[in-house]
Amino acid sequence: MNAHAAAEVAIAPNPQVTAARPLVRIVIVGHVDHGKSTLIGRLLSETGSLPDGKLDELKAVSARRGMSFEWSFLLDALQTERDQGITIDTSQIRFRTPSRDFVLIDAPGHVEFQRNMVTGASQADAALLLVDVAEGVRTQTLRHAYLLHLLGIRQVAVAVNKMDCVAYNEDRFRKMEAEITARLIDFGLTPAAVIPISARHGDGVVERTSAIDWHRGPTVIEALDRFEPARPAAALPLRLPVQAVYRFDDRRIVAGRIQSGSIAVGDEIAVAPSGKRAVVRSIETWPSMDAEPLHAGAGQSVGITLDRELFIARGDLIARADNLTPSGRSLRAQIFWLHDSPLAAGTSLTVRVGTAETRGVITAIANAFDPGDHAVAKPDTLAQNQIGQNHAGEIEIALASAVAADAYADNPGTGRIVLDFGGRIAGGGLVLALIRESATVAGSDKASAAERPQARAARAAALDRALAGLNLAERLAGFRKALDGAIVFTTSFGLEDQIILHHICEAGLDVDVVTLDTGRLFPETYTTWEETEQRYGLRIRAVYPEQAALEELIAGQGINGFYRTREARIACCDIRKVEPLGRALSGAQGWITGLRADQSADRANINLVSVDRVHDLLKFNPLFDWSRQAAQDFAAAHAVPVNPLHQKGFLSIGCAPCTRAVRPGEPERAGRWWWEDGSKRECGLHIAAGAAR
Amino acid sequence: MDRLDELEAQSIFIFREAFARLKKLALLWSLGKDSNVMIWLARKAFFGHVPFPVMHVDTGKKFPEMYAFRDRYAGEWGLDLIVEPCPPVEAVDPTLPPAARSAARKTEGLKLALAKHGFDGLFAGIRRDEEATRAKERVFSPRGLEGHWDVRDQPPEFWDHFNARLPRGAHLRVHPILHWTETDIWAYTRREGIPIIPLYLAKNGRRYRSLGDADITFPVPSQARSINEIIAELHATRTPERAGRAMDHEAEDSFERLRVAGYL
Ligand SMILES: Nc1nc2c(ncn2[C@@H]2O[C@H](COP(=O)(O)OP(=O)(O)OP(=O)(O)O)[C@@H](O)[C@H]2O)c(=O)[nH]1
Ligand SMILES: [Mg+2]
Repeated sequence: MNAHAAAEVAIAPNPQVTAARPLVRIVIVGHVDHGKSTLIGRLLSETGSLPDGKLDELKAVSARRGMSFEWSFLLDALQTERDQGITIDTSQIRFRTPSRDFVLIDAPGHVEFQRNMVTGASQADAALLLVDVAEGVRTQTLRHAYLLHLLGIRQVAVAVNKMDCVAYNEDRFRKMEAEITARLIDFGLTPAAVIPISARHGDGVVERTSAIDWHRGPTVIEALDRFEPARPAAALPLRLPVQAVYRFDDRRIVAGRIQSGSIAVGDEIAVAPSGKRAVVRSIETWPSMDAEPLHAGAGQSVGITLDRELFIARGDLIARADNLTPSGRSLRAQIFWLHDSPLAAGTSLTVRVGTAETRGVITAIANAFDPGDHAVAKPDTLAQNQIGQNHAGEIEIALASAVAADAYADNPGTGRIVLDFGGRIAGGGLVLALIRESATVAGSDKASAAERPQARAARAAALDRALAGLNLAERLAGFRKALDGAIVFTTSFGLEDQIILHHICEAGLDVDVVTLDTGRLFPETYTTWEETEQRYGLRIRAVYPEQAALEELIAGQGINGFYRTREARIACCDIRKVEPLGRALSGAQGWITGLRADQSADRANINLVSVDRVHDLLKFNPLFDWSRQAAQDFAAAHAVPVNPLHQKGFLSIGCAPCTRAVRPGEPERAGRWWWEDGSKRECGLHIAAGAAR
Repeated sequence: MDRLDELEAQSIFIFREAFARLKKLALLWSLGKDSNVMIWLARKAFFGHVPFPVMHVDTGKKFPEMYAFRDRYAGEWGLDLIVEPCPPVEAVDPTLPPAARSAARKTEGLKLALAKHGFDGLFAGIRRDEEATRAKERVFSPRGLEGHWDVRDQPPEFWDHFNARLPRGAHLRVHPILHWTETDIWAYTRREGIPIIPLYLAKNGRRYRSLGDADITFPVPSQARSINEIIAELHATRTPERAGRAMDHEAEDSFERLRVAGYL
């Protein structure tokens, strides 16, 4: 790279050459007020990169605010930034040297805006860390340095700023140089240069002035010129996270951006986590070329077609069949945390790896620390079981569904996780290891239940109390308000479900309405479904059994095999209802059902709000204390569409082959799986994993 | 991959993320060079299709060449075109300086169009290098219920993970070409053979660098009569791109105020 750069001396007018010039993204970080924005202003000005009129504009703005000239106003463009004299949000600006194009990323130093620093720094190839020589190494100096490490930035230089404030004293510089170098090495970073500068006066920025004639190393501009752009990871194995599958013009195109390695027509690929295999048939492009490409590499956004119709979806990860991506249902990661409520064991959040997204629960936290603390050697000063805002630590997460990922050390592109909490990105970091054991639902539940905080149960209990005294509309609105994530309402169009749906629609609540179409429902149920959609003007999301599993079930037990044994019946329920329910609820924080306590002895103990550990959410049964009569009265009074089967003695309506009418006086659910004995006649939707059914 | 390939790959990635994560999208087509590149990139992302409507929020004051361009390429590119009008200037915040007030009609038109169609995501062709508050934008930029941009509380966005969860009634601006520069746009337009409005080329020693409403947009001195010449000129010039846009220069904060209220 350097040879290439050195060969060019003048700014090239030829755009062809421009496209080939390296582009390097550099983030400027450090404690608040140490001079980051000032340095950028100075750099742009001295390299002749400021647009005409900008300098005069900045002078005028400074004068209007009664200040001597402020370089930082170039980037601190927001009125509140100028009023407060600090950078609030990250910004980017271009400049060029004879050999390179640069994007300079300004980052705020103030602790309150650390999320914005991360936003800017995550896009950088290299970093320049500023330290005010008079103030020395401060909290945000260290936190920023540690974040560079966690963001994967390995090229770092240090500028010791405001040398004018210490009369350009070399001893002061040497002390600072030794201290910051030691701290960086602790964090796994080796500074490429440590440079004495005055951003305000220009020493050491572009000019090597006489005030710092004792300095032997590079100026800032020389140090920047030595940084290299990050290259796509062409040498690593193929990793292609699937963004979407499109069906255009009869082609089924799997789309995504290649994170590492390359892919070629004819390659055998394997899809993680399912492990299914196929051969690449084509690489699709638009506009179509005379000869379609046979090959694509790291960094490219591609579309491929396969030789067979696999079930592939967003979140899957494509690799070559001979170099699979590991997958698992729990992982360990080293993370930073930005949210103001601390991350504790038991916290449930959304985990993103590549394009995959799943719910997860923190099962363990280790080595939590504040990178900004000068005395991290005393771990007992910190609560070890939680990671505070702007702190870091190691976490273990149990995931609701398996994801494919690499350890960061093996493949940086697919070895990073992002944590969503309260509807926003709240943290992220590096995958240390994927824990491969393919835990059963019951197993993983046990593992996480031990650590699950009282907090969750306490929240459920508090909500339960708060909502109990309210009417149905208020209960639903209250539950919606209490949760900030997605809420799913599953309906089978029974009487109770219809009443809940009526209230959701009337109030326009943000609730995802879902039905599980098992394929064996009564014709009357489908009619009610359609009638309901028309009445309320909505489309209900239908979730279906997984095709391959269903085909296998029928091949094994026959079309009505469920009548033969209890095991066969449960297998059928599992494939047609329980597994689809898991997908319907994935990512949700709340689940609304139409259960009532007086439906059966089994259901007598249900609560209004409870923790559902299997699906990792709060389950809400707003009609739990209603009687059937009350439900019927409400439906009649409000002309709520009801399934006509209710009139014919069907009280609880499920799949057609497995539901019959009940005689007056029989329990409501007596008509479900009536040929089995005993009272445990549940399909598995509403019981805890591992319990008998 | 050269630089244009990298820019293109990132933009396609952004388009596909938005399409996967949002329910009701539209692309804002201002008919200028940037949004034309944006449409081209959408067609690349979706293999020749633009699977969402393309919306022109029309101030009614564009240059005739711009309307001719719109009507021709909406057909040729198979776009699902929506044209929405803007309210009269009297309906706009009277405390804004005159040109900014005139430009703010578009914000009002946009709000009405959003309410009418219920979009939860809008692709907008802004770039960081155009203007200092745009340089602080996110790729997925949430707007409040009134369309407002809360610049003090933008969510973190890192690596290629964007925030797409919204309260009902709010929307996201998605910025697929935020990371491009003016020169990149021209180099890509030339490489791909994307059609342009002739107003961008010099006539009698002047050309438009940025196209807005005819009454508040002015041509700049230029001799560039081809895209190659435009690119060469951009390498030498130190005049900012939006110098010909009156509304940016009326007061220190006029553009910030426009953007906070929902302008692009
Ligand atoms: N004496 C002296 N003052 C400086 C120097 N560099 C910056 N300053 C001043 O320090 C103050 C803070 O500078 P900024 O550039 O805004 O600091 P920053 O690091 O960008 O601050 P945040 O972005 O808010 O974290 C301003 O008043 C600058 O003029 C320097 O080299 N010498
Ligand atoms: Mg600053």
